[in-house]
Amino acid sequence: MQSKILLQQNFEIKGGDFINAGESSIKIRNILKDIGIDSDIIRRVAIVAYEAEMNVVMYARHGKMHLYVYSNKILLKIEDRGQGIKDIDLAMQPGYSTATEEMREMGFGAGMGLPNIKKNSDVFNINSTIREGTKLEIKINLNNKNG
Amino acid sequence: MKKRKHKLAEIVKIFNLEVISGKEFLKREVSGGYISDLLSDVMANSQKDNIWVTLQGHPNIVAVAKLKELAGIIIINRRKPDGETVKKAHEEGIPIMTSDLPAFELVGKLYESGISGTH
Repeated sequence: MQSKILLQQNFEIKGGDFINAGESSIKIRNILKDIGIDSDIIRRVAIVAYEAEMNVVMYARHGKMHLYVYSNKILLKIEDRGQGIKDIDLAMQPGYSTATEEMREMGFGAGMGLPNIKKNSDVFNINSTIREGTKLEIKINLNNKNG
Repeated sequence: MKKRKHKLAEIVKIFNLEVISGKEFLKREVSGGYISDLLSDVMANSQKDNIWVTLQGHPNIVAVAKLKELAGIIIINRRKPDGETVKKAHEEGIPIMTSDLPAFELVGKLYESGISGTH
């Protein structure tokens, strides 16, 4: 079935900006709430967006998050310019983290970010080039309850 | 332990908490509690309207509480939130309270008063 795009918005994420980290995710949550998306879907999108945003803040210089709302799914694309991920299989393992001591003291770097994203996505794709950056593509279906 | 519904205002009063932000939201009812200093853990496992007990005081706790629709945050052990955290909490409408107690004592008392965990 052809799905119709209902809404598209882009968000800029600044690497290293721990003070404003999370704001793009809050904006996305507010948009989805305003257009009446189911609360369980919003909860999953919020987790995914937050973890992806924090990864950009922690490991990249700059990033963009794109939100697409279709009639049957939500698509999030996150692209960053930064250090990239050396070994994606390893990065996907719960508990594995390359966070600095300082980040860990702030409660980041539990090694739960990418696993949390995967767990809450219906489709999850990750591509990374070392010293260039990382791209994530996440789909969350809106019609789970009917399908 | 007998489960009881508490409003934030009652918790503030019973446990002598200092309210740093979100005084206007103390009528919120608390659904239960979650304690963790790892933000991804709170994102993954806390429930809507939980009271979150933590020692973290940096601005990102406000984003986590907002995204998970938590009732409020209690910072333990005489710690104070950063100025930027308080500013963000005002903007986003997140109640932040502080306690002189260490986490173990505070959570024990919260549990005793009828606030349960997520299980």
